Amino acid sequence: MTELIDKLLMYLEFPFVRHALIVGVLVSLCASLLGVTLVLKRFSFIGDGLSHVAFGAMSVAAVVGLSNEMTLVLPVTVAAAILLLCGGQRAKIKGDAAVAMISVSALAVGYMLMSIFPSSGNVSGDVCTTLFGSTLILTLSKTEVWLCVVLSLAVVTAFVLMYNKIFSITFDEDFARATGLGVGVYNVILATVIAVVIVLAMNLVGSLLISALVVFPALSAMRVCRSFKRVTVLSAVIAVGCSLVGLVVSILAGTPVGSTIVVADIAVFLIFTVVGAVRRK
Amino acid sequence: MAQISCKDLCLGYESRRIIEDLSFEVHSGDYLCILGENGSGKTTLMRTLLGLHKPIAGAVELGDDLKQSEIGYLPQQTQVQRDFPASVEEIVLSGCGGRRGISPFYTKQDRQTALDAMERMDILPLKKRCYRELSGGQQQRVLLARALCATKKLLLLDEPVSGLDPRVSMDMYRSIYELNKEDGITVIMISHDINAAIRYASHILYIGKEIFFGRSDDFVSGDIARGLLTGGDGR
Repeated sequence: MTELIDKLLMYLEFPFVRHALIVGVLVSLCASLLGVTLVLKRFSFIGDGLSHVAFGAMSVAAVVGLSNEMTLVLPVTVAAAILLLCGGQRAKIKGDAAVAMISVSALAVGYMLMSIFPSSGNVSGDVCTTLFGSTLILTLSKTEVWLCVVLSLAVVTAFVLMYNKIFSITFDEDFARATGLGVGVYNVILATVIAVVIVLAMNLVGSLLISALVVFPALSAMRVCRSFKRVTVLSAVIAVGCSLVGLVVSILAGTPVGSTIVVADIAVFLIFTVVGAVRRK
Repeated sequence: MAQISCKDLCLGYESRRIIEDLSFEVHSGDYLCILGENGSGKTTLMRTLLGLHKPIAGAVELGDDLKQSEIGYLPQQTQVQRDFPASVEEIVLSGCGGRRGISPFYTKQDRQTALDAMERMDILPLKKRCYRELSGGQQQRVLLARALCATKKLLLLDEPVSGLDPRVSMDMYRSIYELNKEDGITVIMISHDINAAIRYASHILYIGKEIFFGRSDDFVSGDIARGLLTGGDGR
């Protein structure tokens, strides 16, 4: 045991490990906060969809040769999020169908572009990295870490300030609109925040596993909690805990970062499901 | 001046018109029941009164200093709401949301309003309970309490007793009737239950092949009601 702790302390000496821990925890915290409303609005897969859009945009940026790909990726993802979440009941293709459609189209077009105009010799390696996150999180620069810290703080602040509105919109959008809440504006802000979090989280777990960060903490919390506030707080706690455990385990055992975090989330979900079932009896 | 007046209202979606040339007025303290077959446009009419749906032609005018945000609304329940992890208190309090504007938190006064509304609907003991664990009747009372937080003047109710058993339905009707009589809140209700409509409502709006609007006494003695009450189709 002491051996493991020594090993961990040794790793913590490295700045890149500390960076990975900070970013990992902050990103999962943000994702879990938004996860509650997304799961309840039946948009669980939007994380997946938007991250594929980001993947598509990223490959376009690589092909065009943009030096800073975020200048393209972020606006495109935000636009897709607004399209999906704010189309609402008026959209011709809605909900899961719209998410699925946008998601696979972006994935296909992105992969195609990367194959036609390879930016490096290892196309499948590049694709794999974007899809599974792999070691990207361990190569973060100081600027990226600071950017992540600032954006996470902004997301958490926005969430706290909009908490009551988010509740109203999630529970009953029509009622909120009828009683004079500016539903449209809040939906756009929410969609923007979600897109930002997804783009941030892509580095951590990659496109394919992003949904896990969004849905698992919320679903686990919903097994045992009876109020919206408790679900929100507990899912944040679960998300932070699972990310910490996942990151530490992956550092010590040398497992892939993204999938280790997700496995930790799955384990917590199973435990909470059992606890919830027992308590209900 | 009427609280709500609809003039030559024409409702529908895109090219399909559901209701044409509908005019009626609702005065403060009225109890209006909207009757009609499925698909006749009752819910669309209610959504128009709430400002959620734009009429193709005509207009809805609010009078008596009634603001759009001062209308309480009890919608039909959605699947999402049935298993929503929220406490009764949180849901009722969200009725105050519209009044808060962009200010992010509820005030002490809002919390008191919510407590009063729960007290009024006899659900105060359920305050901390989780919404999804309540019975259908209790859930409707929670949503009605939320609507009361949003208004002191006008309630719009979309089939408030659908899916409830007869005894619970009667309790619900009685509560709504008391809100109308004792608190002087105007009630506009969509209903399928013609007997309860005639019993409690002061006015009836029937939407079908023919449109009827008037006092419920006049409705009872009219042709449409005779057809409906004897089991015919009202023509």
